[in-house]
Amino acid sequence: MIVDVQKVTKWFGEESARTYALREVSIDVDFGEMLYIVGPSGSGKTTLLSVISGILRPNAGSVIVEGKDIWTLDSDALADFRLHEVGFVFQDYHLFPRLTVVENIAVPLILRRVHWDEGLQKARKILEVVGLSGKADLPPQKLSGGEQQRVAIARAIVAEPDLLILDEPTASLDGDTGKKILAFVKNNILNERRAIIVVTHDDRIYEYASRIVHMEDGRVTDHTGAGP
Amino acid sequence: MSGLLRLALKLLLSDRGKFVTLVIGITFSVFLMMLMTSMFFGIIEHSAANIINVGAKMWVMDPDVQTPQNAIPMPDYVLDAVRSIPGVEYAMPLYVGSGLVHLNNGSYQAATVVGLDDATLFGRPNLIQGNILDIYRNDGFIVVDDGNYAKLDSPKIGTTFEINDHRGVITGIARVSIGGLFGLPTLYTTYTRATQDLPSTRYLTSFILVQPKADRDVVPIEAAVKKLGYLAVTDQQFVQRNDRFYEFQTALGTNILIMTLISFIVGLSIAGETFYMFVLDNLERFGALKAIGAKSGELVQMIFFQSLVVGFLGFGLGVLLSSALIAFGKLRIPNYAAVITYQNLFMALVMVLVISVFSAYLGIRKVIRIDPFSVFRG
Repeated sequence: MIVDVQKVTKWFGEESARTYALREVSIDVDFGEMLYIVGPSGSGKTTLLSVISGILRPNAGSVIVEGKDIWTLDSDALADFRLHEVGFVFQDYHLFPRLTVVENIAVPLILRRVHWDEGLQKARKILEVVGLSGKADLPPQKLSGGEQQRVAIARAIVAEPDLLILDEPTASLDGDTGKKILAFVKNNILNERRAIIVVTHDDRIYEYASRIVHMEDGRVTDHTGAGP
Repeated sequence: MSGLLRLALKLLLSDRGKFVTLVIGITFSVFLMMLMTSMFFGIIEHSAANIINVGAKMWVMDPDVQTPQNAIPMPDYVLDAVRSIPGVEYAMPLYVGSGLVHLNNGSYQAATVVGLDDATLFGRPNLIQGNILDIYRNDGFIVVDDGNYAKLDSPKIGTTFEINDHRGVITGIARVSIGGLFGLPTLYTTYTRATQDLPSTRYLTSFILVQPKADRDVVPIEAAVKKLGYLAVTDQQFVQRNDRFYEFQTALGTNILIMTLISFIVGLSIAGETFYMFVLDNLERFGALKAIGAKSGELVQMIFFQSLVVGFLGFGLGVLLSSALIAFGKLRIPNYAAVITYQNLFMALVMVLVISVFSAYLGIRKVIRIDPFSVFRG
């Protein structure tokens, strides 16, 4: 097991006007698994993703990632955890417009203090994996939405994290491109030493999930098995 | 350069408009600060021209004298008394005054007249034409070839003129290291002739120039002169006394200080606001970096680096621009009183560092507080 979430509760606001985003949520994720967290807007999917990835501190409960209770770590150690253990693909990609595609991909390596040229070299290799080697030196805004998504995925995996987090990966893509991206992730990025958590409400891509966790009003309401 | 700083530089250069505004803001601020302080140091230096050009180790004067321009004449016995102080190797009188020169073309021109001790000519300028001994010829004067030389119709050796209705003749042409402040040409002659030709009060000696036997004699000489009711200072102390006069007893120092502060505030506000806007525009990117795993310390390092790059670039360009303008001024205007010193370079550098640190601080406050969760919320 790579992720073990136990009775995590998260609320926002003061006591009198407290809003619960998560209520005693417990889930686990295994290596080699592509777990989907699905549910309507406001169900707590993104909050859960943030808690698991060491970005948002829960008010109660524990999150164990690779045997480490991450919310006992101080802020620097948490930053190290995110940098070394987690790869992020944000909903809006958050690529840097003035960096080239290959420089964007190298950002996690640069944060790891890998030499600039060495980082770019490794980023170029990853770019081949995502099938964009011909676009290495372009600015990301010159790419299509699907290509930008691939660049974001390349950036997430360049430092070889064990846990990959994808937040609404198809939100800005048309149906076909979204499916292609998820198929690509499942076939090329997922392996036995890695787990992928995908937050989505796009049921067209459910077929690529190993397991689906349904959420509503901050609670896990259902678990369903693997897709076809 | 580390990858992190290279990334910071690329982020900084990504918004060319703000980058250029930042650099221009700091350049303008440095340019004004350098110009103001250079003018101040230039004026101070030119006002001390007589002290520097005469080159005496010690000066004796009336205690109320603040600058070499406002000498209060002392009675002759002071010279004898100073000469008798133990530790004084020699002491000579110096006359500093002004006369009205009637030129051959019929026009009049005020001039500074320096009367040198007849026996030693101590404090004489370096001649570029003529023989120093010709100063003893009847009505002999040495003219200084500086920015104000042309005001005397650029006289040659042998040119005659009238000074306070006495005949004068140029017997030498000299160069001095620093021209005077007030735009007057300078004439050197003997002490006797100066005190005879120029209208004077009952007492004649403007200053007494003293050479101590050794450095350790300076303090006892100062004490002995004080007992006589006069003031003895080293040349450096006299320069400082002159500086203090212009800094604190004229509006000059205050005005320059105010203008320098205004330039500083202009730079601070332009750079501070623009850099803050730059950080706000890039907040999402800093948030993404934080979410990916950048530590707060690393983001602080990046922002400091960005503000220092802009600061040093603005400093360099500002110094270059002000130097060019001062160089141009010196070419076009005689005795243009502006000088770039290590002090005003250092002062401008410190102010730029303050501007950079302040701008970075504004951005850092924002970036430290950014919640990486906002990146997920979009």
